[in-house]
Amino acid sequence: MEKKFANLSSTVVPLPIENIDTDQIIPARFLKATTREGFGENLFRDWRYDEQNAPRKDFVLNNPLYKGRILVAGKNFGCGSSREHAAWSLADYGFKVVVSSFFADIFKNNALNNFILPVQVSEAFLQQIFRAVEKDPAAQLEVNLEEQFIRIGATGEQEKFDINPYKKTCLLNGYDDIDYLLSLSKEINTYETSRPFNF
Amino acid sequence: MGKTLFDKIWDSHIVAAKPGFPDAVYINTHFIHEVTSPQAFDGLRKRNIPVFRPGKTRATPDHNVPTIDQHLPIKEALSRKQVEMLTKNTTEFGVEMYGLGHPYQGIVHVIGPELGITLPGMTIVCGDSHTSTHGAFGAVAFGIGTSEVEQVLATQCILQYKPKRMKIEVKGQLKKGVVSKDIILYIISQISASGATGYFVEYAGEAIRNLSMEARMTVCNMSIEMGARGGLIAPDQVTFDYIKGREFAPKGEDWDKALAYWQTLHTDADAQFDKVLEFDAADIEPQITYGTNPGMGMGVTCSIPELADIEATERPSFSKSLQYMDLQPGSRLLGKKVDYVFIGSCTNSRIEDLRMVAEFVKGKKKADDVTVWIVPGSKQVEAQAIAEGIDKVFEAAGFQLRQPGCSACLGMNEDKIPAGKYCIATSNRNFEGRQGPNARTFLASPLTAAAAAITGNVTDVRELI
Ligand code: SF4
Repeated sequence: MEKKFANLSSTVVPLPIENIDTDQIIPARFLKATTREGFGENLFRDWRYDEQNAPRKDFVLNNPLYKGRILVAGKNFGCGSSREHAAWSLADYGFKVVVSSFFADIFKNNALNNFILPVQVSEAFLQQIFRAVEKDPAAQLEVNLEEQFIRIGATGEQEKFDINPYKKTCLLNGYDDIDYLLSLSKEINTYETSRPFNF
Repeated sequence: MGKTLFDKIWDSHIVAAKPGFPDAVYINTHFIHEVTSPQAFDGLRKRNIPVFRPGKTRATPDHNVPTIDQHLPIKEALSRKQVEMLTKNTTEFGVEMYGLGHPYQGIVHVIGPELGITLPGMTIVCGDSHTSTHGAFGAVAFGIGTSEVEQVLATQCILQYKPKRMKIEVKGQLKKGVVSKDIILYIISQISASGATGYFVEYAGEAIRNLSMEARMTVCNMSIEMGARGGLIAPDQVTFDYIKGREFAPKGEDWDKALAYWQTLHTDADAQFDKVLEFDAADIEPQITYGTNPGMGMGVTCSIPELADIEATERPSFSKSLQYMDLQPGSRLLGKKVDYVFIGSCTNSRIEDLRMVAEFVKGKKKADDVTVWIVPGSKQVEAQAIAEGIDKVFEAAGFQLRQPGCSACLGMNEDKIPAGKYCIATSNRNFEGRQGPNARTFLASPLTAAAAAITGNVTDVRELI
């Protein structure tokens, strides 16, 4: 896994569908691996391939016009199952950023824990991105984490996005949560001795 | 100002809250299963650290397990490997495990409560979104990803931002033929699959208070389907009576002390919620979903919305969903033929669910061209069903009582619904392909599912009782 997040400019893969659940991102039958690698192959499996495993021509990942490291999707992206495999498959496929007007909570955490940046934009800005890409599939999107903005190259339209300061530091420096939690061992022991019951 | 129940539990579990950092929250109970844990154990190995408090994690395989011939080795190689890996990891790291054939094995969210592991006031996590089920006991319980499973194994803590608080009050009394599954499907259909994202929900009101523990679990189970981080219900006498005497529940003097504490677990009268929603139980009909997310539901006698009733930006997704289901806008589901009936999953596979179904089908027979799978949530539920003769009722009706596991809820084992077929299911997700590639799912209560098993069609169960 590529740790650390650097600012990037990239073409985008548009997926203007709402409520994309993690069962679509990676169907359950592909969750049987016991490592984190190789899930990219089955990213959006049932939208990408038909029953005979032939690529579905009308699905965006099979359209050579659209590629890049930024996925742009409709609202409530990543709802449903908590499977972190969804984030692993996006990362393994090569995505570093997912843009949507709304993210499901667990997915957002899972993405951040895998150094994928979920960028939440307004519904209006999301539509602007879709329009820009529809007009020109080679349209560039610039994502700047330090300054917390996202910009459409062709039009210069941009929007600020939120990210909490702790997660921003983790992404920029490649830290993960366990490093921080392990540093709290004294506090954890103190907490445990203060509670007579396990609740 | 007073505190909500959620705040009381959350705040009393904060180990460290440094400015600029998320809260480090202590976790009392951690459940693991075979699908979302192997990479977490691998992480510990890479860091060369042990499981910090092995006694606070419990493991059971459920997602991959076959539901027939569980005494034989698992046929499918990858499933077998994942289940074996859970045994290997838990043995190596000293975590208690209820493997296949163990009398405590079952769906992780069914066994926690029935064994008395799930208790009021706890913080509970599992690498599984339906961990919200345990909130029925007045616990703060939520699903996490595998990186977070590793955090909990390594430190018994998790880093989290505190969600906002929502209260959902369901007033009044349920009508005949309407059960707890209908309450939660109704709420989700009203507020959508993302209506509670960012919130932790407390369910309250007369209709909730009147539910049994198992029915409350059904409600809390589906909190995640409206996007909520979790859902909980204040513990009361119903809760305490359910817990008392269970295998791992406190006993003797410990029980008295625990009870005294649990009785303080309720939202103070002057506490503030960030959002409050109210519903009336009398408005709730038996529910059914028609689309491919749990928010696409309606009363069983209603019609699917017309395209014109849907907001313009949402029309493409709505049409895509109906296309997948091969259903027309504006049409009714009543009378629609079903091919499979699945009664099971962590939403509705407890003994009360099976009893409810058995009582309804007693003396009836399933329709000829319907396959009916009843999958108990645990070995204990299975044993209890057999002890009560429920298995005989099912057999006479032509229903198959299988062995415990997640089964057709997500089709990771062989229990898949074939492409293009319709299944009425008591599980919690109707996503595309959830029950098998191109399978079509209608979510409903055990009663509504059982009615369809008898008639072979989507049926208003109220006409049969
Ligand atoms: S029964 Fe279904 S929802 Fe419940 S834990 Fe198993 S797969 Fe998940």
